[in-house]
Formats: sequence, C-alpha cells, structure tokens
Amino acid sequence: MTILFYIAGAIAVIASIAVILQTNIVHALLYMVVSLLSVAVVFYVLGAPFAAMLEAIVYAGAIMVLFLFVIMMLNLGQHTRDEEKSWLTPGGWILPSILSAVLLLQLVNVISELNFDILPEQVGVMQVSALLFGPYVIAVELASILLLAGLVAAYHLAKSK
Amino acid sequence: MIKLIADTLLTQVRTLWLVFIKLFKKKDTVEYPDKQPYMFPRWRGRIILSRDPDGEERCVACNLCAVACPVDCIALQKGEMEDGRWYPEFFRINFSRCIMCGFCEEACPTNAIQLTPDFEMAEYKRQDMVWEKEDLLINGTGKYHDYNFYRVAGKQIKGKDKGEALNESAPIDVRSLMP
Amino acid sequence: MDLSIGSPLTIGLILGVVIITAALLITVERRLLGFWQERLGPNRVGWFGSLQVVADMIKIFTKEDWIPPFADKFSFVVAPGIIMTVVLLSFAVIPFSPNLGVIDSNIGVLFVLAMASLGAYSVMLGGLSSDNKYALLGSLRAAAQMISYEVFMGISLLGVIALTGSFNLREIVESQSDGWYIVPQFIGFVIFLIAGVAESHRLPFDIPEAEQEICAGYHTEYSGMKFGMFFVAEYIGLVLISSLITVLFFGGWLGPDFLPSVAWFAIKAFGFIAFFILMRAAVPRPRYDQLMTYGWLFLLPLSLLNLLVTGAIILST
Ligand code: SF4
Ligand code: SF4
Repeated sequence: MTILFYIAGAIAVIASIAVILQTNIVHALLYMVVSLLSVAVVFYVLGAPFAAMLEAIVYAGAIMVLFLFVIMMLNLGQHTRDEEKSWLTPGGWILPSILSAVLLLQLVNVISELNFDILPEQVGVMQVSALLFGPYVIAVELASILLLAGLVAAYHLAKSK
Repeated sequence: MIKLIADTLLTQVRTLWLVFIKLFKKKDTVEYPDKQPYMFPRWRGRIILSRDPDGEERCVACNLCAVACPVDCIALQKGEMEDGRWYPEFFRINFSRCIMCGFCEEACPTNAIQLTPDFEMAEYKRQDMVWEKEDLLINGTGKYHDYNFYRVAGKQIKGKDKGEALNESAPIDVRSLMP
Repeated sequence: MDLSIGSPLTIGLILGVVIITAALLITVERRLLGFWQERLGPNRVGWFGSLQVVADMIKIFTKEDWIPPFADKFSFVVAPGIIMTVVLLSFAVIPFSPNLGVIDSNIGVLFVLAMASLGAYSVMLGGLSSDNKYALLGSLRAAAQMISYEVFMGISLLGVIALTGSFNLREIVESQSDGWYIVPQFIGFVIFLIAGVAESHRLPFDIPEAEQEICAGYHTEYSGMKFGMFFVAEYIGLVLISSLITVLFFGGWLGPDFLPSVAWFAIKAFGFIAFFILMRAAVPRPRYDQLMTYGWLFLLPLSLLNLLVTGAIILST
C-alpha cells in the first residue's frame, strides 16, 4: 500500500507541474484531472475511501467537466497557445519558483518531524456521516446555506433578462 | 398535472407494448435473391428496342426519345435503307444516367423503345452500363404485339405506296374532276 | 481453477465475457430492432446471422484509421480509450453471483458513479479535439446531459442505499432476499432507468449523437478502431446499466434454486438489455431542451421526494 501511495503522490506532483507548464489548455486540464485522480488514490490508500470517491465524483467528474465545458464555448485556438508560450518567460517564473521552493523546504521540514501512519482501518461512509451530522452539523448547515445562496443567485442571473 | 403524467406514462407503455408484439407479427422483408419479388408488368426497368410483327426493327430514328429524355442519356444516328425505311445506325443508352422515367417510351411513335420489369442491371465497371443497339434490340414485339408503324403510317416506302396503309384511303387525285 | 472473488482467472473471465457480450449485442440489437420494425435484420452471415458480429469486427478492425490533420492528436487518441477503460472498470464492483466478482468494495455504488462521471471526458474530449462543428455541438450537448443526469442517477439510488445501509453492492443484493427493491423503490427505479439511458446516451436520449441533426455528434470524425471503441463502449455501457438495475432493484443473483445464481443474473440483465433495445425501437427522441427541462424540473424534485419519503419511512419503523 505504501508503494501505491508514493506512486500516486509522484503522479500528482508531476501532473500538477505539467498543468502549469502546458500551453494547450485542454491538455493542461487533462493533466489536472490526472492529478485530482491520483490525489483520490492517495486518499484511498490513506484509508479514506469515501473521500477518495467524492474527490473523483465531485472534482474530477463534475467541476473539471464544467471547466472543459466552458473551454469548449470559448473557442480557443492556436493563437492562445502562442500567447501562453510568450507569457512563460524565465523572468516570470524564476522568482515564484524560488519562493515556492523555500516554502516546500519548510513544508518538508515540518512533515518530517510529524509522525503519522497510514490509518490501520478504513474510515467508512458511516463514520464520515456520523461525524458530519454529529459534531459538525453546524458546518454542514452553513455550507448548505451558502450553496442555497449560490443557487438562488444563479437562478436570478439566469432569469433576469 | 397528475392526469398529464398518467397519460404520458400510459401512452409510453402502450407504445412499448405495441412495438413489442411486433416480434410475433409477419415481417415485411422480402428476402430478395432467394425469393424473387413479383414485378408488375408495367414496371419501368431495363429498356429494350423491339421489333414489329414482321421481324423488322421498329425504331425509325426519329430522335423523339432522345429529345424527351430529361437526362439526355440516349444517343442515336439515323440511317436509311434502300427501300426508304429509316433505322438507327447506332443506338446507345447510358444506363448509369438513365433514371427509368419512361418518358422515352411515352414519346416513341412506333412503340420501339419499351421499359421492362427487369431491374437487375448492376455492373462493376461504369463503362459496362453503356448499352449499344445489339444489347438493346430484342427478337420480339415487347408489350405491343400487333402494332406495325409502317402499316398504319402514311409514309411511303418501297413496296408500299401512299394510301396503302391500314385504315387509309387512297390519296385524292387533284387532277380529277370527280368528287 | 481458482474462481474466488478477485482471482486473476475470475477477472479475465469477467472481462472476456463482458466484451464478448457487448460485441454480440451489436448483432442482437440489429436483429431485435429488425423484428420490432417488422424487418428481419441481418440474417445472412452464418446461421441466422450469428456470424454477423465476426463480419462487423473484421470490418471495424481493417478500416482505415484516419486522424484528421486539423484535430488535436493527443486528445483525439486518448478520448476513445477513456470511455472504454471507464466502463470496463465499472464492472469491477458488480457482483455477478455470491462468489463471482472482481472486488468486494464498500464503496461500490460510489465507484460506479465516479466512473460514470469520468466517462463524460471521453465524449467531451472526442468532440472538442475533432475540431468539427457537429462534433463540438454533440459534445456540448453530451456534457450538459451527462452532468445533469448524473445528479438524478445518484439521488435515485440513495433510496436503495438508505434501505440497505451500505454502499456495498453485494450487501445490497443480499438485503433483497426477502423482497426486491423494485417494490418499495419503484420511483427510484424509474428515475434510475431514465437516467441510465441518458447517461449511456442511447436512444431515445442519444441527443449527443443524433444522426438526423448533427451527423454522428461527437464521433463524427472518428473511424476504424477508434470509432469501434466508442461503439463497443456504448454496448458495454448498456450491459453495465442493465447489470446495475438488476443488482440494485431486482435482487441480482437471487432467484429460485433450480438455476445457478449466475444464470439468474444473466437472465435478468438480458431482460433489461432487451428492454433498452425495445425503447430504442419504440420511443422517439425528445428535443434537447425538453430533455433538460424534464430532468431538472421533473426528475429532480421527484427523486428528492422519493428520498425524503423513503427516509421518513425508514425512520418511523
Ligand atoms: S427512361 Fe427516361 S431517362 Fe431513361 S432513357 Fe428513357 S427518357 Fe431517358
Ligand atoms: S426509339 Fe422510338 S422515339 Fe426513339 S428514335 Fe426510335 S422510333 Fe424515335
């Protein structure tokens, strides 16, 4: 299982880098889907199958599809690809990458001091739901109110014309 | 609302049922090469050139069929025999253009060109779809058995003078004073 | 012979049977459609047309595999692979009989839903990368349709899941030993059926590939084996939906003892496959906006209501 974890993690990292470097937006999106799916595998290996499946259904399956949907409507062609290429100059990416490298070092430092293991048993749907509707019920309700507001707003935007 | 839903549901189920029982109905398909379908006598299929009851070519190369043809697929050339009869020197139908409309048959004054109930004329090479007179001409009268153009038309040829055609009176002698 | 759950032999067997069934379905569907339209269907190759599938396969394999020069090659090649992988992976969690299956997963239903939602990529990428207006229109329609009907599909299943108390498809089957879920969950079944057809975009909901409107929709530019993969994946999806309905609402392998449990499963699943083909023969295709309105304004409230009532009944007993 540990080896699965490392493979999936490596795929996630590589795919995420590829998302940034890709100039073809559709390919970038595909890499992003791959990255999300490998994160789902990471979740699964860590013992959270429910979270893994939700990652696949909600992020990879719904949100990214909507991204792709929007891209389809935008009608991007070769010229956007060239534009993207021209934006990716060393002057643009060196500083952010140095900064994030420093952050990464810190992160690795912190993580190496933590001690955690792959969970001995899987956290099933039951446990997650019990938690959601037990101690965290306020958070769930707040989130649903937020979503409701979003729904109403979307309805309003679609109607007003 | 409830009624609408019920109606919609019922009609869908009824449709499904009606289509389902077709499983046991007789099929409309005719399994063609094994079972030949019945072709109606007036079906417009392969074109032939017929002969009159005496065994002579009926076609008089009048070119009416070529004019009538909407896709211009008939080509022919007039020739004349010693006795004064006209005949086509060549007669060519390009069946890859022919639309089997039957206009040529309608136009023909001599019933020479006729459409028959044969439709199996597919070829692998397009050039093979061009039929010459030898391919078109048959040794028979086709659909009209007794008709002979030169017998009824007033045309004068050797051996048949004016006024000798069927149902034809002798020409009026303009020099005579008799009525 | 190791035929337990998840042994390599079992996996190979299931994979082979599923693919062969899907290929056979091409012929079966053409024959059945023929009968229902008062025709005979293909009956020339082999005994009563039984070898038609071989002829079809030879044709598909030997056809020119053409990638249009204007297409986005990478996405164009990847797209048919995605749908094939995704539908085949979904079979991993289907329980065919008490001891036949690939994995015994606690998140079976979720896995199927996740795979179904990933299937949308194939259709969308295929259409987008073809760089063809019909393909683009088709994949736009497909995206909207698949995302929408995923929602109803998921919610309609929740009733069954609430009754069982588990996402495990095996447990769902076992809990139906004293009554199939078709009775208490009839509304859920109808919604799942409709959403299933829409999800696998078969007729009457084949709006993404409606021939009469937009050529072949998202696979307009595909040919040869790539088209074949889309084509076969559609049939595998049909088998998948039928198996799912069997498992979720019709007691899966359960049945009287005189037949083995796999046979019961196969009989029920084939019944649904035939029903889907009948639907294709009988029901006309709705318009695109009708499909959307129908989904969001009718199916969604209905499925939510179904869930609420089911929940209330479970709580009160
Ligand atoms: S059937 Fe019509 S198209 Fe054919 S040769 Fe006669 S006139 Fe021309
Ligand atoms: S076939 Fe008939 S219409 Fe045509 S040239 Fe001969 S006589 Fe005239």
